[in-house]
Amino acid sequence: MGSGDAPTRAALVEKARDIYDDLDFGAVRRWLADHPGRKAAGYLPVYAPREIMHACGLLPVGIHGGGDRLEIIRGDAFYQSYICHLPRSVIELAQSGRLDMLSAVLFPSTCDVIRNLSGMWKLLYPEAYVRYIDVPQTPDKGAAADFWESELRRLVRDLGRVSGHHPTDAELRSSVELYNETRAMVRALYTARRERPWDLPTEELYVLLRAGELIPAEEFIAMSRDYLAAVEAEPRRPRDNSRVVVVGAFCEQPPLGLIMSIERAGCYIVDDDFLLGNRFLTRDVPLDGDPVRALAEAFVSNDQRTSVLFESDPLGKKRLMKECVAAANADGIIFATPSFCDPALLDQPMLRAGAENASIPCIAFKYAENTGQFQQFREQAGTFADSIKLWGDA
Amino acid sequence: MAEALKDRSMVLQKEMIANHFARLARAPETGEPVVYTFVPGNLTELIRSFDALPVLPEINALQSGMRKLSGDYIAEAERAGHSEDVCTYVKCDIGMMRSGNLGPGGLKLPKPDLLLLSYTGCYTFMKWFELLREEYDCPTVMFHVPYQGDGVLEPEHRNYMLRQLKEQVIPALEKATGRKYDEDKLRHHLALSAKAEDDLVAVLQAGKNRPSPIDGYFGTVYYVGPIFSAFRGTEEGVEYYRALRQEVEERAALGLGPITPDGPLEGERYRLVVEGPPNWTHFRDFWKMFSDEKAVVVASTYTKVGGTYDFGFRHNPDDPLGTLADYCSGCYTNLNLPTRIEMISRYIEEYQADGFLINSVKSCNSFSAGQLMILREVEKRTGIPGAFIESDLVDPRYFSAANIKNRLESYFQMIDARRLGKTA
Repeated sequence: MGSGDAPTRAALVEKARDIYDDLDFGAVRRWLADHPGRKAAGYLPVYAPREIMHACGLLPVGIHGGGDRLEIIRGDAFYQSYICHLPRSVIELAQSGRLDMLSAVLFPSTCDVIRNLSGMWKLLYPEAYVRYIDVPQTPDKGAAADFWESELRRLVRDLGRVSGHHPTDAELRSSVELYNETRAMVRALYTARRERPWDLPTEELYVLLRAGELIPAEEFIAMSRDYLAAVEAEPRRPRDNSRVVVVGAFCEQPPLGLIMSIERAGCYIVDDDFLLGNRFLTRDVPLDGDPVRALAEAFVSNDQRTSVLFESDPLGKKRLMKECVAAANADGIIFATPSFCDPALLDQPMLRAGAENASIPCIAFKYAENTGQFQQFREQAGTFADSIKLWGDA
Repeated sequence: MAEALKDRSMVLQKEMIANHFARLARAPETGEPVVYTFVPGNLTELIRSFDALPVLPEINALQSGMRKLSGDYIAEAERAGHSEDVCTYVKCDIGMMRSGNLGPGGLKLPKPDLLLLSYTGCYTFMKWFELLREEYDCPTVMFHVPYQGDGVLEPEHRNYMLRQLKEQVIPALEKATGRKYDEDKLRHHLALSAKAEDDLVAVLQAGKNRPSPIDGYFGTVYYVGPIFSAFRGTEEGVEYYRALRQEVEERAALGLGPITPDGPLEGERYRLVVEGPPNWTHFRDFWKMFSDEKAVVVASTYTKVGGTYDFGFRHNPDDPLGTLADYCSGCYTNLNLPTRIEMISRYIEEYQADGFLINSVKSCNSFSAGQLMILREVEKRTGIPGAFIESDLVDPRYFSAANIKNRLESYFQMIDARRLGKTA
């Protein structure tokens, strides 16, 4: 393709947004139609080993609920009012037949709600393969790696049965390599946004990442490469915005309108924990040796710190926000947390205390994935951005 | 309000608990090491084998709820930045700590020498001890118990637990207490556990009698108190359960119903199975709503959070660490939803229940997320219609007496109508 044919930023964002907006998972269904005999496997937040699904010949499909575009009718009958919104919208998607193309669904150990949802899935959809993904929590790296390796081997075996394809070590290694590239691309996007947030608004980056969880990894990498090229070709002007980190949104995702409201209120989002599973492994997984062992060790030696993992360092929580803000060269933190989210809300007092001890400005609000009114968030974020600019150097 | 009537075992238990908290209060002077841990998956025998004293924050929180102190403690924690959305046990515990750390009976609780994080069937436990570590600035050891997602304890998971016990938990206890691990001593405590567990199971299964001589929920939360907290694996625990069993068997032989706070319940009308924890702030009022209607709970799931002994598990002194792993894995909230549904359905059948009730508590997603599905599945399997009420563990703001009473009365009427063949 000649340079004159390079897709524009607008075209790429529109394409990504179409994929993200499509609650019938058209991209997944098209892939299945184009690949007769192949199957798809879903996974919920936060972290699931997509390499294993890919190596078994399955298309990994991120399930993040229906956001603000789905009317909940059946889902509410499954949950009390004080349970977060995500599981009810996931059930709504499933009960309305929108997830009927998934042959397997993985439920990571994010919280008790997702954990129990795995049992509900077993009862509701006995024909699907369902696995609760219990990641290691012990700080003993040897025991953790052995445990996680055995869990991954079980997944290889089980998903191989689902797909009918039992991968060789070479195929597993190849999938690890592909997802190393995927993660490298996500890191490149995040780095570019941190350096030039005016050029890579989060509302664009976010839909690109959401689409990336519904299409093959190769397509996501190509689309992201095109996007970065388009950004270079169409630079924008910096504004006098405040640089903020958004914390707490690693599971139930904020509506796009909330992200846009924060940005339009005068904040550049320069780091966040949206779709955290995309970059749960912060470094490349080694390609030498046994690929399953390499994946297990990469998880255990990983330096990702998040509310869904035990923090073994007593000072870890105190330092985390300060380190995060320093790395992103940010001015402040927005704790944006889904209502009733145990991991985020239980962590927040510790994280906020650490931030405030380091004199980092913070605000906090709660949302649900189907929140439809953004004015209050815009006002709060706007006031926050103004206060940083007015008083930030005081 | 009239003084609640208590049977002999309750008096005995009260003395045991009072002595335990007095000993805890003296720990800073006596030098007895103190280990904080959680009820599900508690390693009490192991802690005791190091001559350490266990403290269970959930027990303190529920006691605060019963003593009407939890509302203020929760408010204290929320003022300090804790969300209104999260577990009220955690906030009650933190509020209690910040308000002088006076435990049940008004005696000051000692600081932990070790936070033993038995991460069994409840995500919140992890955060709870991270929060307490910040407050107390003391060592924490994580013991990760994998969830029974597929309804079985997998051999790899058992090995993972054994390794953590050997390589993490025991060294942490050795360091915190200054004592060496003594396996024979652990076996001794485990043997005592098994004895008490035999007697506890006899008590629980007395609910199969007609009339039931026990209340398998309201009464049994007292019965399980010692074994779920500091007394499993102790001589006192064995003595308590021997006495309790004798008392219950005497009642069964005489055809008597359970003791309630208002006296013996006569004329059992409804036999219920209950899923979910009780509300502690209005515990007596809550119980009275049942006993006034002559409704007796014959079996419950909450009384299995500290172990599912009635399905055969006993601590085994011949396999000291293995049996601890088995125990932790088998606690009720570590079991997947299909297993929980199977268990409840079995209770309904074996205990000849004519009703099934879920008390869904806002604080506990481990229990609550999925309970509407449980309700539907249990109804489908047993043909018994269920009832669903909502409250909280220790937050008095979430107990609506009128609402719950209305629902219960309607439910009892429905059971009556079914008996008369007026409904399907």
